[in-house]
Amino acid sequence: MSLFKVFDISGSGMRAQSLRLTTTASNLSNGNVVSNSPATTYRPRYPIFSPVNTDLENGPFSETPGVKVDGISVSNRPVDRRYQPEHPLADSEGYVYVPNVNMVEEMTNMISASRSYQMNVEVVSTVKDLMSRTLQMGT
Amino acid sequence: MLFDINKVLGFHAKALNVRAEQSEVIANNLANVDTPGFKSRTLDFKEAMDVFTGKTLAMSGSHKKHFILENNNLPRNEIKYRTPDGAQLDGNTVDKDVETVAFAKNALDYQSSLTFLSASIKSMRSAIRGE
Repeated sequence: MSLFKVFDISGSGMRAQSLRLTTTASNLSNGNVVSNSPATTYRPRYPIFSPVNTDLENGPFSETPGVKVDGISVSNRPVDRRYQPEHPLADSEGYVYVPNVNMVEEMTNMISASRSYQMNVEVVSTVKDLMSRTLQMGT
Repeated sequence: MLFDINKVLGFHAKALNVRAEQSEVIANNLANVDTPGFKSRTLDFKEAMDVFTGKTLAMSGSHKKHFILENNNLPRNEIKYRTPDGAQLDGNTVDKDVETVAFAKNALDYQSSLTFLSASIKSMRSAIRGE
């Protein structure tokens, strides 16, 4: 009965979305940390998703499909700088460097990730209910 | 045997298999809702039932050099792609609302097949007991 695979599929989806929430939280909390030079400034991180490779030659879904995380990409958008000569971390010209984190983008990422996570949780609970009904069939 | 149990229970059991495969497909769509480039898939119920009841096109041969594809080696093509409503920037075609509604409908279809199966089993049981 292939309903068991749905737990693995939706589990992979939940794992991917919670990793996305983790990176969003990291970006939000480090978004205002200034530093001395562009090299040491925090850069926003985003996870890279890709579907698990499922070829249809040997019958559909010969291995369990789902989503996998290929890695976490570090954004290389240029870093902003602010003129603040009295700051203790200012460089020789009086500039401090702030990370280029767009707060609005991070909040929308958070909303989208939590909505996707909720949908995967609903799938798991519905399938769990269906399987327990299947076990009680005939009584 | 006066009756063949496969004939009494067989059809709904195969329908349950199809519904289980459909929930796999939909769960895969929902897990990949944010993956760039992923194309959402769906199950064609009629073709899937044909696969499970063994009515797919098998080839028969009359010469020993003919290729004969057995029923369990045929390519299965009951999983098709869903037509998207519009293009998204990252190439993903999964529509969250369509998939959640399809999943709810599939769960309901699964429960109705279960109810029919359960009713058949109960009536067989009462026939055995002689009630």
